[in-house]
Amino acid sequence: MKKMYLLDDAIISPLGFSVSDNLTAIRNKVSGLKFHENMRFGSGGFYAGIIEKEILNQPFSKIGTPENFTKLEKMMLLAVHEILSKNPDLDRSTTSLIISTTKGNIDLLQENKGFPEKRVYLAELGKVIKDFFRFKSEPILVSNACVSGGLAIAIAKRFISAGKFEQSIIVGGDLVSDFVASGFQSFQALSDSPCKPFSKNRNGISLGEAASALLVSSEKRINTNNISLIGDASSNDASHISAPSRTAVGLYKSIQNALKEAQITSEDIQYVSAHGTATVFNDEMEAIALNRAGLEAVPVNSFKGYYGHTLGASALLESILTKHSLLNNELYPSLNFDKIGVSKPLNLIKNFESIPLKYALKTASGFGGCNLAMVFKKEEDE
Amino acid sequence: MSEGYKISDFVRIRNQRIFHGNKQVFSSEKPTQGFLKESYKFLNISYPKFHKMDALCKLGILATEVLFKNREIPADTALVFSNSASSLESDKQHRILMEATVSPAVFVYTLPNIVLGEISIKYKLQSENAFFISNRFDARLLTDYSEILLDSLKASAVVCGWIEWKNAEYDVFLCLISKEGRLSFSEENLEELYHFENE
Repeated sequence: MKKMYLLDDAIISPLGFSVSDNLTAIRNKVSGLKFHENMRFGSGGFYAGIIEKEILNQPFSKIGTPENFTKLEKMMLLAVHEILSKNPDLDRSTTSLIISTTKGNIDLLQENKGFPEKRVYLAELGKVIKDFFRFKSEPILVSNACVSGGLAIAIAKRFISAGKFEQSIIVGGDLVSDFVASGFQSFQALSDSPCKPFSKNRNGISLGEAASALLVSSEKRINTNNISLIGDASSNDASHISAPSRTAVGLYKSIQNALKEAQITSEDIQYVSAHGTATVFNDEMEAIALNRAGLEAVPVNSFKGYYGHTLGASALLESILTKHSLLNNELYPSLNFDKIGVSKPLNLIKNFESIPLKYALKTASGFGGCNLAMVFKKEEDE
Repeated sequence: MSEGYKISDFVRIRNQRIFHGNKQVFSSEKPTQGFLKESYKFLNISYPKFHKMDALCKLGILATEVLFKNREIPADTALVFSNSASSLESDKQHRILMEATVSPAVFVYTLPNIVLGEISIKYKLQSENAFFISNRFDARLLTDYSEILLDSLKASAVVCGWIEWKNAEYDVFLCLISKEGRLSFSEENLEELYHFENE
């Protein structure tokens, strides 16, 4: 069975438009979450990680006409462009395009901004990206709630392992829209301060927007260390469509199956990049799953304090950050964590730390009862 | 390796009719909501949650009810669904409510994969889920991905297909893929079954 390696990557977020800018911000505990006015909220607004339009148009104008594309398209096109500019010889006839998003251009439903009505369809978003870069094959578009971005990586690996294609560009993106903010507000799931994953006083999520892209291949890079995805599994809780399982059955099962495929045990895992949305029930569920899996002492973080919940982008974005954790032998702090607020012990990363790393686990969970776990391994250059 | 897998059974719901395999099992002249309700009664389903669901989820429950009837369904039966409109009809409803009072009972259905969750809950499937969006029925994607799940033992059976609810129109085609049955699981067979127009 063929392996899959994580090669070049790109992040377009409020923390910067390059991976190095994003990592610098994270090392310095800089958050992209800010207060944004919105009359829908009694408090006059909400905390979210939002990219300013003007800042986006400037780099985008070098590759396209800003007026012809929606905000999300510009973010996702910039992310893919970054990958392609690093790989000018990439064969687009053997490279598949995998797209992950939950709501795509949903903001157009509220105000179509002169775009044709059909632009709100997710498949149109796929077509825009495909046509912009002249990819040959139809994109594979996955929309599976908040595990979408991670599931897209797992799907790429499954296709590559089966020999269906050699490499793939995975791109994920979602916006902070009034559509989504109003919905989470109706669930009373939005935090009144920047979100505090796993903390005692956490009271909900902060929303965020980002696009990220990742080049994956069956071939590794020579003369350098490589990160590969060696185990992946997803499982539905089969318990509730909007609440996490009280026994964490789906996430636990995903972790077990991913470890099994990776042929390692929980003792080999040195770092866990959790989902950590900062809702009371999600973080509690994750703590149960990680304890059941014997991972309670392993350093763990959530990146939501930096970015907010970027929905269909989040698990892809966080996998990219996990990749850099492994390559740089760095553990990044779980921002806004104060005091443990889940019923089971966890080893939250409080400060930046340099430590040798080889194996990491990435998890994600979402509405519809879906859960995902992925095991990443660093292969040292010999 | 794929020769081992069969299209064990299939169900279609379109044009106010339900087909189990090639046999029509139910028809009603009612428009969408009425059709869904009458189908529920006809299939003798007793599941009060059904009435809270959006039409996409109702269609998923009705279709799997037909497909799973009188069968042992393993808990690791994967769900690999697709459509073109995602959850757009529920999205539009939420959009309307944004002008007044937003409801969590509507918002929760603004994701296409919720139907996978509803089916998983009803039939206790703790399995692999994927929801793909494509412009039209993509037999190749569904065949390839389902085969990979079966070959890699991530699932012992798969329900794959198309489930669309768009502009008050619906179109459902779901297949049960396993080692049981006579009809080979291939892109061509899947394509043909999807496009087959029942008389």
